[in-house]
Amino acid sequence: MSESLISARGLTKKYGDFTAVDGIDFDVAKGESFGLLGPNGAGKSTTMRIIAATSRRTSGTISILGRDPEEHGPQVRAHLGVVPQQDNLDTELTVAENLYIYGRYFGLSKKFVKGKVDELLSFAQLEEKKDVKVEALSGGMKRRLTIARALVSEPDILMLDEPTTGLDPQARHILWDRLFRLKEDGVTLIITTHFMDEAEQLCDRLVVMDKGKIMAEGSPAELIKKYSTKEVLEVRFGSDRNKEVAPILHKMCDRIEELPDRILMYVEDGEKLLEEIVAKKLHPNTSLVRRSSLEDVFLRLTGRSLIE
Amino acid sequence: MRTAVEIADARAEKLGHQLYAGRARAIIERASIALRSSTWVPIATGFIEPVLYLLAFGYGMGTLIGDISTSSGAVDYTIFIAPGLLATSAMNGAIYDSTWNVFFKLNESKLYQGMLATPLGPLDVALGEIIWALIRGLSYAVAFMLITAPLGLVPSWGAIFAIPAAVLIAFGFASFGMAITSYFKTYQQMGLINVALLPMFLFSGSLYPITVYPDWLEFTIKLLPTWHGIELIRDIWFGVIDFSSLSHISYFVVMIVLGLFFTTRRLRDLFMR
Ligand SMILES: Nc1ncnc2c1ncn2[C@@H]1O[C@H](COP(=O)(O)OP(=O)(O)OP(=O)(O)O)[C@@H](O)[C@H]1O
Ligand SMILES: [Mg+2]
Repeated sequence: MSESLISARGLTKKYGDFTAVDGIDFDVAKGESFGLLGPNGAGKSTTMRIIAATSRRTSGTISILGRDPEEHGPQVRAHLGVVPQQDNLDTELTVAENLYIYGRYFGLSKKFVKGKVDELLSFAQLEEKKDVKVEALSGGMKRRLTIARALVSEPDILMLDEPTTGLDPQARHILWDRLFRLKEDGVTLIITTHFMDEAEQLCDRLVVMDKGKIMAEGSPAELIKKYSTKEVLEVRFGSDRNKEVAPILHKMCDRIEELPDRILMYVEDGEKLLEEIVAKKLHPNTSLVRRSSLEDVFLRLTGRSLIE
Repeated sequence: MRTAVEIADARAEKLGHQLYAGRARAIIERASIALRSSTWVPIATGFIEPVLYLLAFGYGMGTLIGDISTSSGAVDYTIFIAPGLLATSAMNGAIYDSTWNVFFKLNESKLYQGMLATPLGPLDVALGEIIWALIRGLSYAVAFMLITAPLGLVPSWGAIFAIPAAVLIAFGFASFGMAITSYFKTYQQMGLINVALLPMFLFSGSLYPITVYPDWLEFTIKLLPTWHGIELIRDIWFGVIDFSSLSHISYFVVMIVLGLFFTTRRLRDLFMR
């Protein structure tokens, strides 16, 4: 790993008595795309705000490009493009005006920003809406505009807090493609998401947080290898019978997870286990053998499914 | 072309760079863009109010009152109230943008949160919004002057200095208004501002000299910014600049500084905690 662009040690944030971020350590290398995963309230957005120099930590250290955001807030923010979890677009202005004025907040020249606006309108596929007030946009369009706005200052680090929430599948794929291209240009990405496929697609490395702590860290493949088995067998017996058969299934497999609607069994060979189950005359209503995914890692680490 | 990073780095050694990026004008630019598409009705009503007072009290009631005796001799009633109403125009304009509009931006639109995610600091936002509000106060005052001059209500050329004085007054009101607004959380609290302003205007000597009051009330009124504003403009209007004019000026300087200080601190506490 090359020198780290962002480095946190014992990073802690308290709101009164409540600890939202509880002594976490992490490093992000230049050009890397780094993911923060975790259930609701895990402390992802809080961590993002501390990195973005818009929230002050309670204790611990953090450096961004070698700078402490508490002492060099404006310099740190000049490097960043921020997509907050909730859009905070300027509702009194049009789409194009939103992009323009945001560039002006960074002190960029009118001429430069005007050129940038056209480029970003096409990036966000909002050319036709450029003179429309923000209020008249759909949720997904607002999201795309917020992302485009974060790029107006040509940031080295792009902070994306649940960037694709509210986007339709097509817009999501287009965004992934755009993010890949930014990454190729050397932009460092920091992403939080509740979508596992997104994390697998976009993140070189990620951490799973829960209750303010980091539970695991690694590349998606490493995490799957470490915290899950090769395959997962999903069986459904109907909600009444699931409880009944669970104890029997427990004896057949080292790790099983009972969800409200189905039972997950973690094994190396799913087909073989399914045959054994059928041989015991426990006929599941439906069954599915699949490869382990990040979702399984998540479940293992936090005891919860990702989208609650 | 300088990049965002170069611009921020160039400022990094300056005192207070965390609070102020030297770019209040970006906030003013934003406000002027927003103005283009906003409705003109509330802007016009804010200006018309003092003009209506001038017509109703000056040309209406004034005919019954005739002359009024002041420290600089007897003056026509309409001429007496004109400077008071010019000061009121400046205050009205400044209050309009710095209270309700700021409240909306703070609570409904999260606008400042977006601004403060850039290298801008809370003082940029505070100063930009306050200067924008004072520009409105200034334009009301100028418009009021343009109406009163042809009516023969402006006694001398010296009264032109009422305009810079109006800037000072508007700055004070905008600054203080935004500071108070930034601490208010509900519409009810905001309503208090309006409830307080009308009597402050009516009883602060805009329409008659406050010497009519008992001593304790006169003393109380003299603590109010409305009185200092009205008196300052009236001093200039009639060319009687003295020590008391200076005290009015100092009053507004203090108001500006306090308002900026508390607004900046509050914005930082709200959005960068
Ligand atoms: N300004 C605040 N004041 C008090 N508590 C806060 C504040 N902001 C966040 N918290 C608390 O800190 C915890 C972490 O919040 P955070 O927004 O970082 O979670 P998250 O991981 O982003 O969750 P989500 O997936 O729902 O966005 C939550 O319990 C939240 O209630
Ligand atoms: Mg969040």
